[in-house]
Amino acid sequence: MPYNEPHPAEVRIISKRFGLPNSASIDTYLANEGYQALDKALGMTPDAIIDELKVSNLRGRGGAGFPTGLKWSFVPRTSPKPKYVMVNADESEPGTCKDRLLMEFDPHQLLEGMMIGAYVIGAQRGYIYIRGEYRYLIEIMDRAIEEAYARGYLGDKLHGTDFTFHVRTHTGAGAYECGEESALLESFEGKRGIPRIRPPFPAVAGAYASPTLLNNVETFSSVPAVLRMGGPAYAELGVPRNGGTRMLCLSGHVNTPGVYEVPLGFPMMRVVNELGGGMRAGKKLKAVVPGGSSCPLLKAEECDIPMDYDSLAKAKSMLGSGGMIVMDEDTDMVRVALRIMRFYQHESCGWCIPCREGTTWLKKLLTRFVDGMGQPNDIVMIGDLAKNMLGRTFCPLGDAAAMPTIAIIEKFRDEFEAYLADGPKPRREELVYA
Amino acid sequence: MTLSPALEAKFQKLLTNYPEGRQRSAMIPMLLFAQDEIGSVTPELIQEVAKRIGTQPLQVEEVMTYYSMLHAKPWGKYHVQICTNVSCMLTGGEQLWEHACEKLGIGHRQATPDGLISLEEVECIGACSWAPAIQVNYDFHHKVTPEKLDQLLDSLRTHAV
Ligand SMILES: Cc1cc2nc3c(=O)[nH]c(=O)nc-3n(C[C@H](O)[C@H](O)[C@H](O)COP(=O)(O)O)c2cc1C
Ligand code: SF4
Ligand code: FES
Repeated sequence: MPYNEPHPAEVRIISKRFGLPNSASIDTYLANEGYQALDKALGMTPDAIIDELKVSNLRGRGGAGFPTGLKWSFVPRTSPKPKYVMVNADESEPGTCKDRLLMEFDPHQLLEGMMIGAYVIGAQRGYIYIRGEYRYLIEIMDRAIEEAYARGYLGDKLHGTDFTFHVRTHTGAGAYECGEESALLESFEGKRGIPRIRPPFPAVAGAYASPTLLNNVETFSSVPAVLRMGGPAYAELGVPRNGGTRMLCLSGHVNTPGVYEVPLGFPMMRVVNELGGGMRAGKKLKAVVPGGSSCPLLKAEECDIPMDYDSLAKAKSMLGSGGMIVMDEDTDMVRVALRIMRFYQHESCGWCIPCREGTTWLKKLLTRFVDGMGQPNDIVMIGDLAKNMLGRTFCPLGDAAAMPTIAIIEKFRDEFEAYLADGPKPRREELVYA
Repeated sequence: MTLSPALEAKFQKLLTNYPEGRQRSAMIPMLLFAQDEIGSVTPELIQEVAKRIGTQPLQVEEVMTYYSMLHAKPWGKYHVQICTNVSCMLTGGEQLWEHACEKLGIGHRQATPDGLISLEEVECIGACSWAPAIQVNYDFHHKVTPEKLDQLLDSLRTHAV
């Protein structure tokens, strides 16, 4: 079994082949409904496929949760420019480790999703941008691509139609910011990962300034299921406006962390208590980061909610990338705040001042706090600095750094005050990035 | 610069991966794959990549410095990368980091004097559900304990002899 035992409460739609022998091979895929959705798609018009996606309520699994059907409809299909399909496999949001499994155990499902996308927008080339650390996945995806060519699923004039599609893998080289769609495209073109001003969005001017369909690995991997089951049945799995299932990456202080597929709207406390097997060592729950480290965390008493995009937005957080981090009563929230800020400060591309300077100063202030040298003023200053970054940065990384900081300092102010009262602490060799 | 036959084949394939006239896209993959073989991004490699993709060496250098996996100085034969980001921090990643620094007597982005092992504290490597996690070169190790780390570091030493 890959990495963790499946749980009976899961609804396995896109992870259902994970445990099969040779699950990554095209034979296993074909024997288990593989490429059936593509057959179906080729008999449909692009508009009909987009409608099916709209009805399915499939929303982007990469972070922002944008409706996938709508995004696909934005690509100008009649443009004379070549069109591209781009898979975001940069997976770097702390807490997230699902795209890795989707590529490792079911690479053809991703390819099938890409093929359907290519057919819809009329793209002849597709790329999978894989983070540099995931080297073994390049080998797995390359093998799957070779198989798909050998069996006539990729190449020129496929299935007796005019449909031509070629796929290649592409590698990043260590930069969280390259997961941001426009920075990813810059990086893909062989440049520094500095984001682009938008509009135009990638749908209109993406790779090589051409129309580009850009989605997360899990989003593309969900498309075959939508077409196979039909939009309404897929939507039915979830809750209104939040269709289907999604992969939750459960980590932190639970007994059985792992990646689990659940329907949208699955109760958060059931994730902790059932999928996660409850808190480790009988400790009490303190807080949950619902969808990757950029999502404001929820205090234990706020966690009695369903896991879907809208419910989490109502709770002033986000479902994000599905990286759910569980923290127990012993967790030091000041140190968590510092660790999160160290990450964003390190990953800020430095292009715009509020983010570059904001993350740097927040890191300094939080480091001072952890050293026990915080000043009474600092609590307010940290909050103000973070709030002043919100909405004032060139790309959403600035918000991603500010939001969790604001949530921690507001919800766990008492812990910051306790640090002040304790006075100087022996200095831990805190890493200062060179 | 002469490349090994394997690397030469890789470079040739990379150039054909992108549409005509868009060969600059091959820059980062070329640098990373070549670095894996050569050990670092050398000035000769920068020249070679620039020539192949039709840019100035300066443009390659400018891009290279952005990416944390690309490095001009060689690291150890075994590059031990320890994640201390939140999921790993909650499950002992920081202790692993301190343990490794102490045991090897080196710090962040430093190598042992014999050049065998280098250390890096890294950001999330996508193994959060199996934390704490480390990577040795490209190999993942999950749910690492200080004991497992000791065994691993010892085995790297024995491998080398
Ligand atoms: C700083 C930053 C990092 C991001 N990293 C990723 C990532 O690693 N993977 C991903 O799929 N999306 C990431 N995103 C979101 C992408 O910009 C984009 O919205 C997403 O890939 C679109 O795909 P979707 O509609 O299928 O979700 C990131 C966004 C930001 C602002
Ligand atoms: S918000 Fe941060 S990462 Fe985004 S462009 Fe500005 S400096 Fe770069
Ligand atoms: S936080 Fe360490 S692997 Fe994700």
